[in-house]
Amino acid sequence: MTSEKTVPSAAPLSEGKTRTNSTFIRVFRYSLLRLASMMVTVIIGVYLTILIANMGGYVDTIMRNEIRDNTTQGILANPNYRSLSTEAKADLIQSKIATEEKRLGLDQPFAVRSIKYLKNALTLNLGRAINMKSDQGSKEVRLILLERLPATLLLTGSSSLLLFFASLYIALALSRKYGSFWDKMVIAFSPTSAAPPWFYGIFLILIFSAIFKALPFGGLVDSPSPDNPFDYGLSVLKHLILPASSVIISSIFLSIYNWRTFFLIYSTEDYVEMAKAKGLKPRDIESRYILRPTLPTIITNFALLVITLWTGFTITETVFLWPGLGITLFRAIGFYDTPVIVGSTIIYAYLLAITVFLLDFVYALVDPRVKVGSGNS
Amino acid sequence: MKILKNSIRDLLRYPSAILGLVIIIFLLVVSIYALATIPYSEAVRLWRGGEDIWYQNPKYASPAWLNAFSSKKKPVSFAVNTTDGSMTKTITPSSDPEISTVDVTYEFDYAYDDVPQELIIYFTSQFKEKFSFVSVSWITPDGRTIRIADMAADSKLTYRFAQDQKLQKRLKTENVMQAIFADPNSPTQEPLKGRYQLVISATTFEKDAALDAEFVLHGELFGVAGTDRYRRDLLLPLLYGTPIALAFGLIAALGTSLLTMVIAAIGTWYGGWVDELIQRITEVNLVLPFLAILIMVGTFYSRSIWLMLGVTILLSIFSGSIKTYRSIFIQSKESSYIEAARAYGASSSRIIFSYLIPRMVPLLIPALVSSVPSFVFLEASLAVLGLGDPILPTWGKVINDAFADGALYQGRYYWVLEPAILLMITGFGFAMLGFALDRIFNPRLRDV
Repeated sequence: MTSEKTVPSAAPLSEGKTRTNSTFIRVFRYSLLRLASMMVTVIIGVYLTILIANMGGYVDTIMRNEIRDNTTQGILANPNYRSLSTEAKADLIQSKIATEEKRLGLDQPFAVRSIKYLKNALTLNLGRAINMKSDQGSKEVRLILLERLPATLLLTGSSSLLLFFASLYIALALSRKYGSFWDKMVIAFSPTSAAPPWFYGIFLILIFSAIFKALPFGGLVDSPSPDNPFDYGLSVLKHLILPASSVIISSIFLSIYNWRTFFLIYSTEDYVEMAKAKGLKPRDIESRYILRPTLPTIITNFALLVITLWTGFTITETVFLWPGLGITLFRAIGFYDTPVIVGSTIIYAYLLAITVFLLDFVYALVDPRVKVGSGNS
Repeated sequence: MKILKNSIRDLLRYPSAILGLVIIIFLLVVSIYALATIPYSEAVRLWRGGEDIWYQNPKYASPAWLNAFSSKKKPVSFAVNTTDGSMTKTITPSSDPEISTVDVTYEFDYAYDDVPQELIIYFTSQFKEKFSFVSVSWITPDGRTIRIADMAADSKLTYRFAQDQKLQKRLKTENVMQAIFADPNSPTQEPLKGRYQLVISATTFEKDAALDAEFVLHGELFGVAGTDRYRRDLLLPLLYGTPIALAFGLIAALGTSLLTMVIAAIGTWYGGWVDELIQRITEVNLVLPFLAILIMVGTFYSRSIWLMLGVTILLSIFSGSIKTYRSIFIQSKESSYIEAARAYGASSSRIIFSYLIPRMVPLLIPALVSSVPSFVFLEASLAVLGLGDPILPTWGKVINDAFADGALYQGRYYWVLEPAILLMITGFGFAMLGFALDRIFNPRLRDV
């Protein structure tokens, strides 16, 4: 589809045809190579995550011991089995342990199991969690992750999108009058972005929840949650204010500063001076001469931002007790729940690989100087 | 040398850089002071010790300087001891050589608007068979003498005023503190301000018997930094957390940026499969979940801060900045001075370490300084997740303890604010210096 767009329409038919062909082959070969290398990257990355999530197999030993303890305790404490002889009890314990280990796949060596994990992960067959359950009681990793997705997307989406567009807009305005009071303010405040969101979170909780008691300390909705959907939404919104603000505060100044500097570099180009000399309106200069050439960078940043939304803000969610994916991943690690950890990682890896792959084509669309598959990319 | 001088002169033109430098020097001084006065083992002992080290301190006490900002003065804790001379002890022998009297009196001014939480006396005595006998009395500023208790002192005896039921009966109230501090003429039971006197008179019945006492007042305020739920003095983690935070931030920043640069230089210089391999590793590293791996390492292997540091550096080497450095190295690889070096037969390692990398130092320094705060906060973030170093007192640990105890709900703001403000100061100090350095070393930014 991209190949067609790169064909100059005015070209003679015969020449155009061979060109289409060569462009098509080039793009096709490039895409294939790129896809293959992306896939290898994803496979290695996910396999490394699986190895780390199992401590190279050591988690198995922990789980075996846990199963042994629990089954033995359970059978010895159960009054129904009291009449059994010691040998019969031992047999029963052994067989129960074996069933339990088989259920968790512990009867296979780790090397085999890790390949199975990898295969399932790559085919997005996320499987069942080992210890965790969704609030509905399901052990399906897919359901556990899906259940938390809305809360995470609400927080990451609202804060990151607002942050992105607000800083672009403000940066553009500041780049037009750099050296002004507000410009200097932004520069002076940009070191505040050295602190992560949760850090501003504790100050916001202190001021708005503890001292003024105006906003809740954390959580997603009031407890008990309101029945009426409107009140429910309002309550969620009230809980969203502090975590979202802490995310925005922690990076807004640096983000504006970076975009502003970036726009400034472009706005000192000769063609912008030329446009100014021609007497074009500032709006037109901005949209046609500054935003247009910077579009690839803006799109890249936006695309990478969108995929990071998926991962959630683990620590901010922890501080605000926000029931999102970040907190789920953190809890999964605490439970040694490899399927959940791997499930969360594989989705991120795929999203990242697909985005990076597509970005090459998007560049070719928005920047006529870039050709897909040419050069040393 | 001249370049260095010029850079410093340039730096001093930025007020934010001066402020940043002052903050960093202040933190360094605090670190040196902390390391010099509190040896590592002592810091760990004071932080992890247990009740017998922290018993002197009240629980959840705010810092004492808060009184300066409040019209209602809250009692400040103190502890005095006869062994170190902060409380005087006089021994009077009697006609019988076996029997002598030990008198301990302690006078103190009490000018607070609230009664203390608790008064405690810890007796330690040495004897062979016969217990010493102790009687304690209390003299209020208006001259009333209250008999507190009479008891036999075992080798270790702890006497808590508020929990003594005999005393409660005698004073006809459960609130002993109110009874011994309140002004009898005040209808609202305001504490009587003035000079109080604790009188301990003991009789020992053996020739070599000895008796020492320690008097502790648990107020609502304590020391410079206050205490936490375990009665630990927070000054220790605040002081000792400084060198730890600086060490973590600086080592991580230095290790990451130097290694990234060296690897990028090696990759571009040799090219071919080396370069290809480095680029592929960078892509794989992009897929790996950084925080999740740190959490896993903390949960499964060890929470030691030095292991975390190693993993952090390892995961941060192959980051996006390797690509930035690579593109610059590709340019400088073609410069004429490299060609000249090649012509005279310089070895690859000589070219990489003596010619390629030194040219990048101007780019390296601002990036290095600016990345320190993110690593300092990373250490705190891990601690907030409960993955802080189990034995070392750090700022992040204090925030984590405070959160776990609901300090913000309970209004114990000092507990969270003290480490948070130190973290903030550290972060801003390095960030401000880094920003200024960036503008000095990257002239492209200077005029915009």
